[in-house]
Amino acid sequence: MSEGVEIRFEGLAATRQSGVRLPWRLSWRPVMPLLLAAPLLLFMLVFYALPVLSMLMRSVNDPSWTLSHYASLTGDTVFLKVFSNTLYTSLTVTAGALLLGYPVALSLVRAPRYAPVILILILLPFWTSVLVRSYAWMVLLGRHGLINEALLAAGMIDQPLRILNTPLATQIAMVHILLPYMVLPIANALRQIDPSLARAASGLGATPWATFRQITLPLSMPGVAAGVLLVFVLALGFYITPAMVGGTREITLSMLIAQQVDQLNWAYAATLSVVLLATALAIIAAFYRLPGVGHTLRTSAR
Amino acid sequence: MAGAGRGAKVTLSNLERSYDRVAAVAGVSLDILSGEFLTLLGPSGSGKSTTLMMIAGFEKPTGGDIAIDGKSVVAMPPYRRNIGMVFQNYALFPHLTAADNIGFPLKQRGVGKAEREKLVREALALMQLPDHGERYPRQLSGGQQQRVALARAIVFKPRLLLMDEPLGALDKQLRENLQLEMRRLHADLGITFIYVTHDQEEALTMSDRIAVMNAGLVAQVGRPEDLYDRPGSRFVASFLGESNFLPAIVRGIEDDVVVAECEGAIIRALCPGRPATGEKVMLTTRPERIRFADGAFASTAPQNRLSVTVTEAVFAGERCRYMLQARDGTAMVLKEPSSAAIRRRAVGERTEIAWSVADTILV
Repeated sequence: MSEGVEIRFEGLAATRQSGVRLPWRLSWRPVMPLLLAAPLLLFMLVFYALPVLSMLMRSVNDPSWTLSHYASLTGDTVFLKVFSNTLYTSLTVTAGALLLGYPVALSLVRAPRYAPVILILILLPFWTSVLVRSYAWMVLLGRHGLINEALLAAGMIDQPLRILNTPLATQIAMVHILLPYMVLPIANALRQIDPSLARAASGLGATPWATFRQITLPLSMPGVAAGVLLVFVLALGFYITPAMVGGTREITLSMLIAQQVDQLNWAYAATLSVVLLATALAIIAAFYRLPGVGHTLRTSAR
Repeated sequence: MAGAGRGAKVTLSNLERSYDRVAAVAGVSLDILSGEFLTLLGPSGSGKSTTLMMIAGFEKPTGGDIAIDGKSVVAMPPYRRNIGMVFQNYALFPHLTAADNIGFPLKQRGVGKAEREKLVREALALMQLPDHGERYPRQLSGGQQQRVALARAIVFKPRLLLMDEPLGALDKQLRENLQLEMRRLHADLGITFIYVTHDQEEALTMSDRIAVMNAGLVAQVGRPEDLYDRPGSRFVASFLGESNFLPAIVRGIEDDVVVAECEGAIIRALCPGRPATGEKVMLTTRPERIRFADGAFASTAPQNRLSVTVTEAVFAGERCRYMLQARDGTAMVLKEPSSAAIRRRAVGERTEIAWSVADTILV
C-alpha cells in the first residue's frame, strides 16, 4: 500500500514540475499497484473484513443499538480479572523473550560462522505448527513428563512438580513460540550497526562492556522496541497455547472469548474482541511514535 | 620542536599478518620517531591499512612485534593502548551529539563532567566548530564530521594518532584545506602521527617521512624529497610521481657515478650500489627535469643528452607535456613550464634533450 502512495506522489510532482501534459499511458501508473493488489483486497474484504466487522457490530447492535455491553465491562470482575491476567501474561512473556532473545540475536550477528545453525534453531520451531509445539510442551511439562521424570531421577525432588496447567507453563511455552519474533528484529537492528563504531569505541578506551552499554545497546533499541511490540501484541491474542498448557483457572482474554462463543453469548464475545483489538492497536500506535521504531518494523517485515 | 618527548616512539619489528596463509603484511620493520609525521603510502592491497590496524590493536599480528616507547603492545587490547584513531568513514557515534562524541574517550577514562565539558569545548574551538557541539553527526557536513572525528581522537591527549585515509571521502578543495590544518595540528600537538593514504600528493605534502609499501613490505622509507629524487626501486619511482625509464647496459663506474650505454648514447646516473660492467640496468628520470637542448641551451652541471622525436604535444595550461621517442623506440615524457616566450614543439620534430646527471637514478 505504501508503495502505491509513494509512486502516486512521484507522478504528481513530475506533472507539476514539467508543467506539460503527460502522455495518457503515464496516468495508469498511480493506480497500477492498486490494480495488482485488487484480487487479494477483494478476497480479504469478502472473506475477512466483512465477517469480522459483522461480528464486531454485535457488540454495539445486540439486540438493538446500545453501548450497554461496554458499560457493563467496567463492573465485570471476571472480565477485569481475565484482562489483567492477559496483560500480565503478555508482559512476562515479552520480558522473558527479551532476556533470552537479545543474547541470541547478538550471537547471530557476532558469530557469522554459526549464524546459519543459530538461525535454523530459531526458525525450526517456527516452521512447526503451534498445536504440535503446545502438545510437545504438554509432554515435557506434564506430571509424568520429561522434566519431572528427569528431576525425580536425579533426586532433586521427591514428588513431581505441578507445572502443566499453571500460568508458568503458559509463559514458558509462549516464550518459546514467540522467541523468533523477538530475535529477528533485534538481530536486524544489530546487523545495521556499522562495525567500525565498536572498533572506534574500543580504540577510544571503552572496554568491551562499556562499548556494549554505550554504543551497541542504544543503537539496537529500535530493534528491541520492534521485537517487544511484536511479541506483546501477538501474546495478547494467544489462544491455543494457554488453552492447552495453562489450565482453566487462569484464563486469558482469547479463552474467555472462545468460552462465550461456545455459549452463544455473541454480544459479550464481540465486546471482548473489540477490547482486545483496541488494546493491540493502541500499543502499536504508541510504539510507532518512538523514534526509529516505525522504520525498523517496516524493514524487518521484509 | 618543543614537543620532543610528547610523541610516542613506535617500533615495528618484522611485523606479519596472514589471512589463510596469504600474507597481507609480510615482514614490516619500521622505526617511527617521537613526534614524527609518518605516512604509510601504497596502492590498495599493499598492507598499509592492515599495518595501521595492528598498531591500533584491531588486528592481531601473526608474527613479529609492535613496541610503543620500547614496550611491546601486541598482547594489549586496543582500549588499553591509549592511541587516537581517525577512521576513513569517521565512525562517529550516530546516537551521540558532536560534544558527546568528543567527550566519549574522556568518559571512558573517568574524567569528571565539568572537566570533560571544558576539554570538549576547547577541542571544538580548536577545530573551529564552537557552535556545533549539540548537533548530531548526520546534521554535520563531511568536513565538519571529519573535524569532530579528529577532535575525538586527540581530546584525551594521546601520544600517538593513527589516521586511515581520513580525507578520502572529501572533495579536492576541502581535502587540501584539511591537509594544511592537519600539518598545523601536528606541529601544535607535537605528538606522533601515523597516516595511511594511497594519494601520493597527500603523502608528499604532509609527511616528515614516507614509507612506501608494496605487496606487504616496505619498499622504501625516507623524507618526501629523498624518495622523489632518489627512488630506490622501479616501483617507488613510478608510484611516487611520474618517471621515465631507460633500459641501459653498464659500461663502467666513475667514483659514485655509473656510466651506461642507452639508445646509442652514454648516460651517467647516480647509483647506491656497484653494478658489474655489462649488466643490464634500468635508469630513471623525472619528466619535469628534462629540457629541450637545441638552440640556446647552456649548463655547467654535467648533463646527459639524447636525440629524440616528438610524437605527441599537449598544452595543459601551466605546463606543456611532450611524448618523445628515442632512436631505439623507448618512449619518454617531458614536462616544460609553459611560457609564451618558449617555442612550442611540433609533432614529428627531431630534437635533442638534456637532463642533469644528478636527476638520473639507477633503479
